[in-house]
Amino acid sequence: MTPDTLLTLAVATLLLPLCGFVLMIFFGKRLPRQGDWLSTSVIAVSLGMAVVILAAKIGSYGGETLTLNFTWVDLHNVPLIGPLPIILGVAVDNLTAVMLVVVTLISTLVHLFSIGYMHGDIRYSRYFAYLGFFSFSMLMIVLANNLFLLYVGWELVGISSYLLIGHWYEKKSASNAAIKAFLVNRVGDFGFFLGIAMLFMTFHTFGLREIFEGIGAGRLPFESNWWLTAAGVLLFCGAVGKSAQFPLHVWLPDAMEGPTPVSALIHAATMVAAGVYLVARIFPLMTADALLVVAYIGAITAFISATIAITQNDIKKVLAYSTISQLGYMIMGLGVGAYSAGFFHLVTHAMFKAGLFLGSGSIIHAMHNALHHENDHATDAQDLRNMGGLRKAMPVTFWTFVVYTLAICGVPLTSGFLSKDEILAGTLAFGGMSGHVIIPVIGFLVAGLTAFYMFRVVILAFLGDHKDAARFSHLRESPMVMTIPLVVLAILSVFVFYSFNPFDASDSWIVRAVGRPDSVVPPSMAAPSTEAFEEAAHGLHGTAMLLSLSVAGIGVLFAFVTYYWRKINADAVASALGPAYRFLLNKWYFDEIYQAVIVNGTLALSRILRWFDGNIVDGLVNGTGWVTRGISSVSGMFDTYVVDGIVNLTGYLSGVGGLALRKFQTGRVQSYVIFAVLSVMVFYFVFRLI
Amino acid sequence: MIMTPQDYIAALPLGIVAVTAFLVLLIEAFRDGSVRVTSWLTALGLAAAFFVAMTRVFGAAPGTAFFGMYATGAFPDLMTAVFCVSGILTVLLSSAYLGKEHLVQGEYYAVLLSAVAGMIMMAAAADLVFFFLGLELMSIAFYILAGFARGRLMSNEAGLKYFLLGAFSTGFLLYGIALVYGATGRTAISAIPSHSLALAHSPVFVVGLALVLVGLLFKVAAFPFHMWAPDVYEGAPTTVSGFMATGGKAAAFSGFLLIFSPLALNALPTLSDVISLIAAASMILGNIVAVSQTSIKRMLAYSSIAHAGYILAGVVAGNRMGAEGVIFYLAAYTLMNIGAFGVVSILESGDGTGVTYDECAGLSRRAPVLSGLMAVFMFSLTGIPPFAGFFGKYYVFAGAIGGGYTWLAIIGVLMSVVSASYYLRLVVLMYFKEGTERNSSVSVPAASLAALVIAAIGLLGLGLFPSLLLQLTAWCF
Repeated sequence: MTPDTLLTLAVATLLLPLCGFVLMIFFGKRLPRQGDWLSTSVIAVSLGMAVVILAAKIGSYGGETLTLNFTWVDLHNVPLIGPLPIILGVAVDNLTAVMLVVVTLISTLVHLFSIGYMHGDIRYSRYFAYLGFFSFSMLMIVLANNLFLLYVGWELVGISSYLLIGHWYEKKSASNAAIKAFLVNRVGDFGFFLGIAMLFMTFHTFGLREIFEGIGAGRLPFESNWWLTAAGVLLFCGAVGKSAQFPLHVWLPDAMEGPTPVSALIHAATMVAAGVYLVARIFPLMTADALLVVAYIGAITAFISATIAITQNDIKKVLAYSTISQLGYMIMGLGVGAYSAGFFHLVTHAMFKAGLFLGSGSIIHAMHNALHHENDHATDAQDLRNMGGLRKAMPVTFWTFVVYTLAICGVPLTSGFLSKDEILAGTLAFGGMSGHVIIPVIGFLVAGLTAFYMFRVVILAFLGDHKDAARFSHLRESPMVMTIPLVVLAILSVFVFYSFNPFDASDSWIVRAVGRPDSVVPPSMAAPSTEAFEEAAHGLHGTAMLLSLSVAGIGVLFAFVTYYWRKINADAVASALGPAYRFLLNKWYFDEIYQAVIVNGTLALSRILRWFDGNIVDGLVNGTGWVTRGISSVSGMFDTYVVDGIVNLTGYLSGVGGLALRKFQTGRVQSYVIFAVLSVMVFYFVFRLI
Repeated sequence: MIMTPQDYIAALPLGIVAVTAFLVLLIEAFRDGSVRVTSWLTALGLAAAFFVAMTRVFGAAPGTAFFGMYATGAFPDLMTAVFCVSGILTVLLSSAYLGKEHLVQGEYYAVLLSAVAGMIMMAAAADLVFFFLGLELMSIAFYILAGFARGRLMSNEAGLKYFLLGAFSTGFLLYGIALVYGATGRTAISAIPSHSLALAHSPVFVVGLALVLVGLLFKVAAFPFHMWAPDVYEGAPTTVSGFMATGGKAAAFSGFLLIFSPLALNALPTLSDVISLIAAASMILGNIVAVSQTSIKRMLAYSSIAHAGYILAGVVAGNRMGAEGVIFYLAAYTLMNIGAFGVVSILESGDGTGVTYDECAGLSRRAPVLSGLMAVFMFSLTGIPPFAGFFGKYYVFAGAIGGGYTWLAIIGVLMSVVSASYYLRLVVLMYFKEGTERNSSVSVPAASLAALVIAAIGLLGLGLFPSLLLQLTAWCF
């Protein structure tokens, strides 16, 4: 396949969902079945093309980057800058090719699942339209080879996320969650924007490759190493918002108010992973200091959210905190320099976490129907304490859920084992080289916590007996259109798709395809080179594997002891640990702190500003408006009275033979003419043209 | 002197428009009630001319046909496309409007086509005489169209006023052409730059050019030759006002780009200074007076004076960027202004009274689609991205800065801020105020809606991807 064909296919993959969106938003309601088949087939075609692109890219182009640039707008000579063509474009490298498949695959499966899950929804066609819009925006992020398009896509996924979280906007909690997600993301995006602006001011281009080349050639923002670190950290702010990293992680749990398939697609597998993807994209310009910030933010996030996940009772909330924790893992992986591992974990996590969410969706769907049957509207269909014993009623959901859980816990023969092991080996190597041993310690601790809270979910939801026999008799396995995606994702959570060696992925196709790019920052600022890092990590794989298996085993064991065999009474432990337990249950009080400091602070500030506005600014504005209005009416009067008056007078005095014209008009045309003639004469005398 | 087939091929768009005009006239004469046929035939003819012109723009080399009378190349063809778009949109908007106003549609379309033919001749003129011919063809058609609502006093007045002032300005123009001919012995437009260098101090030549300038300033309604515009635009049938304000202005500005080309202007700095003052005065007067208008149509008329000022800034820049900016601006202006006049024509009640700001309060509830489209046009007229109006302003002002007229660009930007007050006031009224006529819904005829949607999509397309047009304008100079 020629590069041109491949790039054309990539652009088609991008634009197809957009076309689907346009058709759906305008005509969706009038189509048979409200057009769900249209959206689904459009994204399926995109998936097909993405697979072709991946195969062709890895098969024939190796590590090359194929680029398609176009001049979006040529601003010509801009004052202070000079010639400024804004060149945008798309690029396909291995990272992009893999992401294309991940995004379109998950999106296709979620579309399928939604046909069952959203059946009978009031805004069925709009839901599918937004899904298409999201896919388009996400693919734009993936394909962009410049910060401009990336930022556009970044904001568009933000909008789609907002629209889909608030899909059931009649619910106050849903519309609040949508607003919260949007606002919190704005905070991160502001930093991202500043970072882009700083780089643009320095290099006069948005192109990532050109920026890297500029830094490589020794040009730095404000001629300073420090500002290069700052630029990297500012760009990373975007990732902190989008990937729900500490301290901006608070929006993601609330985002679970959206339909569950949306949580799977946007808030687990793809959009929240965009932050990780961003860090991978800008990796070459990250200095060692910037990467250290990245690593610590990731580690802190992973730890905080894993501790919170233990105490949550809403199945989607547990999964949400688990997602934040796993995203922290990936970010931490990238931060310590385990580039391929971090990205690899993004891919494997996308599969099993989408599966976990769709599985929970299947459970919620069944619970809902059963509760509906009993006319019970008080019981929460998402509360783990109301479940139990679902294994018998929903075998497909159960077994697939177990596979995903094994994968996320890092049990051998699953995909999660491979990627997690890579990251943990990376943190060990990093800890050894840099002395920041706290990072590997957190890494292993979180692995244990993950195993514990995930098995807690499995045990509480599926094992044991159901609390309510009458309700249990109404519980049914979900329809095929929902279980097929579950099975597909379960299959994709097995090691064989990623690496033929089930215990070591360092030689697998995916890790080799997305090798760590060379850093372009000045050597004194750079992180240890790829070779040094890999050498350090290589010998640690065995250690990492043993350690992670033992902590995961301990986590699983504790889960069974506590929730299955009930040797430990969870409630007794909780009350014994009173304050600590409440601290975790209330999510470290982040929401409360933000409410007290930021929200109330803003409100107080706004009251002060309103006073300022009302008393001082308004006065100025009104004054200006009054003056402008005055000038305007004076000009108007000038036009009608003074000019006409003078001219009429002149006309009258000079006795222009206007009798013939006067029969037709009231005298104004003559005045226009004379005004024009006078003006010509004024110009003539003022300028002395000759 | 024998004309070759190449000559006719060169003038193919003009030929298509002219032949369509004759056909329309004949069909109208021999068949009663043929309005549907003639209106569609008009749109079809203009569309054909548009496509022929567009296919020839890319990569076209400049040349002449008809013995140095008719210019060929990218510039005339691109301008032809602009005129055709203006014509097509006007036709789509007209049939419902004329019906509502109980006007006999009869020769309307033939006259409209003649006007477009005149515009094409102006843009394709290689000789001052030919330019004058095109200008007259266009202007006479406009006089008829402005007074087309024969039963209405306002329309009569508009037609007559336009005719009288038009005749007056034609005098300036023709006198100027005669002086230029007297000074140089030639009427070829291509000779003007070299003469400007050689005869920069010849009174006859410079006064001649200055008089040509006055004639053109009349046609674009720039200060101090603007006074006819508000009365004429207000009195003429609304769709005609839109057509005159866009197609007519674009044609006159193509005359500017031809006669007052960067080369000629750079040789005559005094003339440039005069034009820059006129540009500034037009922006200031147009915008400030527009603020205090209550009728939307009159506001649009004053704002068209302001836009003439912005575009003159691109002309006076005297460089490529400014000239390309003028073309971009004209294309954008055609879409947004016809759109705005079109919305007004739909809102009008049919008794000849205009639409005021107050009547638009709460319009978004009565006519959501129409309000949305009007908002697009208003944002674009203000120059807010992502609509095409923004890039139009960017290029003419950046061109002016490049040409050493930074102060003019500053005035332009400040005046754009003023313009936001009266454009966006309409948006605020439509969306955030309660209307009084809550129950009366507005019916939007299908053809008119199509015209407005085309205009809005064009504005968005050119605003998101300005290169689509800029790679064509790059071939013009």
